[in-house]
Amino acid sequence: MNNGRFGIHGGQYIPETLMNAVIELEQAYNKYKNDPDFIAELDDLYRNYAGRPSLLYYAEKMTKNLGGAKIYLKREDLNHTGSHKINNVLGQILLAKRMGKTRVIAETGAGQHGVATATVAALMGMECEIFMGMVDCERQALNVYRMKLLGAKVHPVTSGTMTLKDAVNETMREWTSHIENTHYVLGSVMGPHPFPTIVRDFQSVISREIKAQLMEREHKLPDAVVACVGGGSNAMGAFYEFIKDESVKLIGCEAAGKGADTEQNAATIANGRLGIFHGMKSYFCQDKNGQIAPVYSISAGLDYPGIGPEHANLHDTGRAQYVPITDDEAVEAFEYLSRTEGIIPAIESSHAVAYAMKLAPKMSKDEIIVVNLSGRGDKDVAAIARYKGENLYE
Amino acid sequence: MNNLKKAFENGKAFIPFITAGDPDLETTEKLIYAMAENGADLIELGIPFSDPVAEGDTIQKADMRALSAGTTTDKIFGLVLKAREKCDVPIAFMTYANVVFGYGADIFFEKCKKCGICALILPDIPFEEKNEFAIQAKNNDVKLISFIAPTSHERIKMISKSAEGFIYCVSSLGVTGVRSNITTDINSMIKLAKSVTDIPCCVGFGISTPEQAKEISSYSDGVIVGSAIVKIIEKYGTDSIKYVSEYVKEMKESIK
Repeated sequence: MNNGRFGIHGGQYIPETLMNAVIELEQAYNKYKNDPDFIAELDDLYRNYAGRPSLLYYAEKMTKNLGGAKIYLKREDLNHTGSHKINNVLGQILLAKRMGKTRVIAETGAGQHGVATATVAALMGMECEIFMGMVDCERQALNVYRMKLLGAKVHPVTSGTMTLKDAVNETMREWTSHIENTHYVLGSVMGPHPFPTIVRDFQSVISREIKAQLMEREHKLPDAVVACVGGGSNAMGAFYEFIKDESVKLIGCEAAGKGADTEQNAATIANGRLGIFHGMKSYFCQDKNGQIAPVYSISAGLDYPGIGPEHANLHDTGRAQYVPITDDEAVEAFEYLSRTEGIIPAIESSHAVAYAMKLAPKMSKDEIIVVNLSGRGDKDVAAIARYKGENLYE
Repeated sequence: MNNLKKAFENGKAFIPFITAGDPDLETTEKLIYAMAENGADLIELGIPFSDPVAEGDTIQKADMRALSAGTTTDKIFGLVLKAREKCDVPIAFMTYANVVFGYGADIFFEKCKKCGICALILPDIPFEEKNEFAIQAKNNDVKLISFIAPTSHERIKMISKSAEGFIYCVSSLGVTGVRSNITTDINSMIKLAKSVTDIPCCVGFGISTPEQAKEISSYSDGVIVGSAIVKIIEKYGTDSIKYVSEYVKEMKESIK
């Protein structure tokens, strides 16, 4: 039994109470992932509900302005609910229904995963409860109301740092209490096996589409794929199909907050070390006693002290590269893309845009960068305005 | 020498849990002596963790109080070493995998041995991951405690067969914390475990009253009580010694 290992990472470090639930989930997933009815139903939802395939947009103005590699944006922000999160949620809730579950729970950081879960729960007639750190509830107030509007109950989490990590803690606690009828729709490529594999598989539709769309347009593979990384679900989805294509550089952008060398950041690969937390062995920001560090990022979705185990392994093997991007750089990219292409990216995705802005000028004009635009920035407008010192009359 | 067996030589075992360093390490030291004097057969000492996912509100807060007071793993080792000069009550550590892993498992277990820690309870190390620390535990004669839960069903025999020290039987779904009603058929869980092992089975999660303890001890080898004691410490702080002593005495009496 390998318990879902990626090199030395992964595993199932969870209380015994949850073990049968993850085993049951793995069995159900193995049963349905190749089931033609399941695949057809999911495909139909992707197409007719989520709006897939998402566009692969050639950012011509940005490309010309930066004067280097051709930049394509994978428009996950155009999906229903405004981010890539819907890809995974549709898959997991469809699976949960097949498993006879009547209730779903989920953690959320920026609120995008919570909104996607609340949306699909509404569609499929499931009871839905979302756990969100109090700090995140405040900085993403609009998403809190969206979830309520969709019929979900939102629990503000007031323990610990009151952000994403604490929301995960609280959702895991809730799951151990109501395991019989409840499925935990984990939102990223993290947690105990089989979650990192299931979430990656459902998100890998992103890289399959990029590959096909770029082949059609450019008749070749990209030279680099750039995506932001918190837990790492949009990046894993954008990377997965290209892992075996060694010519394609895979670059994950971590949240460096006020700087990777300051106290206030969430750059796990830059500053973390090997540990065991949230059901998995991976890299975590922590102190010398193994206490999980309070992390910080302007982006609630990247404000997490760990990284998914498959990313940790891609880092170990050198297949993917992880770079820190600061708040300031992300905000600059947020504004740049808005002005240059008329696309307001999520502050999370802005971290990837920021790195593409550094990378493109160093590459030649016949090379191609694909940036995964994981979500749209409407939710962030108020927070960025505050960051810039704008007066908003709400 | 591992002294865990001693915990089961005085009738049914009463196993109190406290978080080390809550509200400070001086109080923890006094509580260890007081609980031992008043009938604790094994003391479960929690090393606080920033994110204790198996704990309910009461113990989460205790962990935060302890960490805010500057409690570290090194200071707790120091405390146990000191307590050992005055008191030979069996002591087990309860904490989370990353506390051990982050400290360095080799050194952690060596220090456990030096302090006479008889067992380690890690709720986030299930059967599937028990090899994570198995070698270090064995080399240093520290028992790694296995859990069985109301959801374990067919896993109970598999887990119990390879369990050592004692089996920690989780009384209810969910996290730690006082419950007025425990509805799980714990008796059947223990019978299943006992069909494949001779080691003691102790029940924890949710137990707070002498009546609950008495009933549960009728079909188990011991009861583990955490949140009820931590609540007393939360209320009385550094003055909690007297109240915890009385409580431990009453609980031990109820299961004799």
